[in-house]
Order: sequence, then structure tokens, then C-alpha cells
Amino acid sequence: MNESILNVKNLNVWYRDFQALKDVNIDILSNKVTALIGPSGCGKSTMLRCINRMNDLIPDAKVHGEINFNGENINSNQLDPIDIRSKIGMVFQKPNPFPKSIFDNVAFGLRINGFKGSIEDEVEKSLKKAALWEDVKDRLKDGALELSGGQQQRLCIARTLAVNPQVMLMDEPASALDPIATLAIEELIRDLCSEVSIVIVTHNMQQAARISHRTAFFMVDQDRCGYMVEEGETNQIFTDPQDERTESYITGRFS
Amino acid sequence: MIETNHTFNRNIKRRQNLGKLFYVLLLLFSLVGLIGLSALLIQILRDGLPYLSTNLIFNYPSRHIDQAGLKSALFGTLWILSLTALFSLPIGMGAAIYLEEFAKKNWITNFIEINVGNLAGVPSIVYGLLGLTIFVELMGLGRVVLAGALTMTLLILPIIILSTRESIKAVPNSYREAALALGATKWQMVKGVVLPIAFPGFLTGAILAMSRAIGESAPMIAISALVYITFIPSHAMDRFTVLPIQIFNWVSRPQAEFTGLAAAGIIVLLTVLLLMNAVAVYFRNRYQVKSNE
Repeated sequence: MNESILNVKNLNVWYRDFQALKDVNIDILSNKVTALIGPSGCGKSTMLRCINRMNDLIPDAKVHGEINFNGENINSNQLDPIDIRSKIGMVFQKPNPFPKSIFDNVAFGLRINGFKGSIEDEVEKSLKKAALWEDVKDRLKDGALELSGGQQQRLCIARTLAVNPQVMLMDEPASALDPIATLAIEELIRDLCSEVSIVIVTHNMQQAARISHRTAFFMVDQDRCGYMVEEGETNQIFTDPQDERTESYITGRFS
Repeated sequence: MIETNHTFNRNIKRRQNLGKLFYVLLLLFSLVGLIGLSALLIQILRDGLPYLSTNLIFNYPSRHIDQAGLKSALFGTLWILSLTALFSLPIGMGAAIYLEEFAKKNWITNFIEINVGNLAGVPSIVYGLLGLTIFVELMGLGRVVLAGALTMTLLILPIIILSTRESIKAVPNSYREAALALGATKWQMVKGVVLPIAFPGFLTGAILAMSRAIGESAPMIAISALVYITFIPSHAMDRFTVLPIQIFNWVSRPQAEFTGLAAAGIIVLLTVLLLMNAVAVYFRNRYQVKSNE
């Protein structure tokens, strides 16, 4: 049942003349949590932002290579980034709920994507999936910014899930949260992978070990260009890495 | 005792006194504006209050002091303001949204930006002459409300564009990214997220711009050139006068009573201005949203 949902082939990314990512090849498995780990500046976030074409927003970014999703190349001009982003959602490092009500935050994605059906039901469903319903069911009309940081991040997850994506990209989703809120998010990620494939960037190796099924280790070369060292079952990467650079990194010999 | 070669001249008393000195100095500076404004207000109220009557508001201009009013000027001002708001707010905000959210950064947009900035500093009489040449003469509108409003629109457009752009710039990028990541088109993102957050800022800019418009007399003198108007403009193609012109005219009369009348006119002008601002402030506070930033 190890079906891949994303197949990345020879991915190269430049920002103007600076190459940020070199020759990445990886299969992202469906309904699994895949963690991207590595030191700062190794291109993990860049990689993540290629998958939903967010790099299009950076004027000088150039992306070469294939990212196949449902048999189609995300980078081809035939596909509309708007369409891709509604199928591949993203949760950001810093919780960024809109300064609107809790309800409107979750409903936003439904409305803009022309959802036909009961928005109320769908909002409730999404908030339940994000384990936030019990906290907010009596105050859906309250402003989202009154929630705590951890609740805000779960609201952002609910907002992403409402659009019913096949893949959810998470860029260090817990790095701005306290340890308790972090744990709640980690539990949530494990629960959610039964319905959505998750790719998560994290600086925290223990976190990667705790929540991911598969791990990809990235490094940065002397030209500050990122590349993938190896990728595999999380268990295997952490206990029996094939590459000695991976081993040095996870045992903390350099960071 | 521990030997140390760090010597300090801590002199806490002196540092604190210096701090107090600057506190007092800065307070005085900020009071200068306030004192100036209150002196002006007191002067105007003292001169104008005795002349403030229903006659002033419901009568047309007259040579006879006890009958003279500024009805035509008041309604002329309201006409000019409404039409100017109608033209300038959508155009100015549209231009600002385009420049901020949609335009590619290249030499053309740079050129537009620099010129918008420059236009905000052009003396208002230049706009008056421009309006006179283009709207009154070339387009053949005549010295009418529409020509005045169009001229005023040109005058305050740069102000609206600049202030609107500032309020759009103040919207954190993280909100834009969040909207786009949900599959929003650029317009959905602007309409659903950026504009609601920037709205209170728009209102502030609109207040500033309309306040500028209500007080401008030079371009209106160029366009209207009339003081003695004994009717309310009934449509956009009527002749008109505005409050600053009427006040200016009264001030320049030799009789002392007309100076008092002018002061009363200024009170009316300020009241209109304050009412306008109050409405805008009310809406701004209603739509003010808290932000994480």
C-alpha cells in the first residue's frame, strides 16, 4: 500500500543566480507523514514551497524539474497554481489566522472555492478534525486572534482541511508554540495522516522521529546550495542511516 | 576588598535630571500646536458667535449684514464634496490597489510612483488653472459644479493614492500567503483579506483628503470666480460658490461686521469638517480589527 502521491524528479531551484536546491529526487507516499529535516538554509522550505507553487510569488525564483501529482507535472504550464493550491494546502510557521471570526476563517476557503453545500456543517467537520471544535463551538463568531497560539495554529489547520486537500504541507508548524501546544499539534498530525498526506519541515529532530513515517535529510554544500542526502523510513534514518553525514547530523555532531 | 580597574562616574542624579529636562522640553513642543489651535479657536468663537444665526445658514449672500448668509456656499461645498468623494475615492483606491497588489515592479510603475508623490506637492492654484483650461474651457463644461468637483478630484487623488497604498502595505504578507495557499485568486485575496484589513486605513486617508478638499479656496476661485450666487445648485451643471470663497470675500470687505460674519462662516466650515471626521472615525473604529502583528 505504499502508493506515492507526489513524485519529485530532478528538482532544481534558483533565486536569481543563486541555486537554492539541487537535483532532488523523492517519492512522497500517500497517507504518510514525511518529515524534511536538515540544517538552516538547506532548502527544506524551498522544497515545500515548490510543491504548491508558492515559489511563483517570488519574482526571481526559477524552478526546473518535475513534481508529479496525480500523474500531472505541477511545474508544467498546463496546470493552474490556483487549482494546485486548493488540492495541496499549506500551514505556515507562524500561526496566521485572518483577523476575522473563527467561523469565517474556516469558511474562507470554502467560499472562494465555490463550495456547494452547508458551510456550517463543513466548518464544524473541519474544526473537529483539527481537534478544536470543543474549544470554540460556543464562540464561533469571536475573533480568531483571541485564541491562544496553539489554538490559532489548529484553526489554521482546520482552515486548510476545509478545502479538502490531498496533501498538507507544514512549514515548522510548531516552532512558534510552547511544548504543550506542540504536543497537541504533533498528536493531531499523526491522526490526520489517515485522510491527508502530510509533508512537514522541522528543525526539531525528536519531533521528526516522533511523528513521521518517512524522513528526508537535506544538507547544504559549500556554495550554500541545498541538496537531499538520503530518504527512507524514519526508523531506519534515525537508527541505521546509510550516509555518514546523516549520522553525524542526527547524533548532533554538527548542526 | 576586590580590586577593580573599572571606574564609573555613575552620577545617577544628573542623568535623571537630564531625562526630566527633555521630558519638559518635548511636552512644551507638543503644546505649541495645541496652544496655537486653541488661540485660533477662541479668537474665531469670540468674533463669530455673535453673528452665528439661522440667517447665516438659511440666507443667501447680501450687502446687508443682518440678512447676509452663506446658504449657497454651504450647499455648494456639500455638492463639491459629494461629487469629489464619488470620483476620487474609487479612482484613488483603485489606482493604489493596482500599484500595490497587481503592478509588476518595473520602470513604468516606478515612474508612476514618483509622479504621484510629486503631484501631492503641487500648489493647488496650479490644479485650479489646469481645471480651468481642461474642464471649463477645453471640455466646455463652463464654471459649474462638475468642473469644480473634477478639479478637486485631481487635487486630492495623489493624497488618496499615497495614503491607501500605505494602509495596503501595512497588511502583513502572512495573510496574503494564507489566502493564496487556500487556492484564492489574486482578486479573491485582495477582496477577502487585504481590503477588509486595510479598510480603517482607507478611511483615515479619505478623511485627510476630504478635509483638504473642503478648505481649498484657490482652485475653486479659479473655477467658480463667483461669490454672489443666490440659488442652490440643483444639478452638476449649475454655477456654484463654496464656503472658503464666501469667507474670503467677507474678510476682504471694509466693514468690521463682515469680519465677524467671516468668523461665523469659519465656525460653519469647521462644523461641517468635524461632522465629516466624526462619521469617518465612527466607521473606522467599528471596522478596526485586531492584528497579530
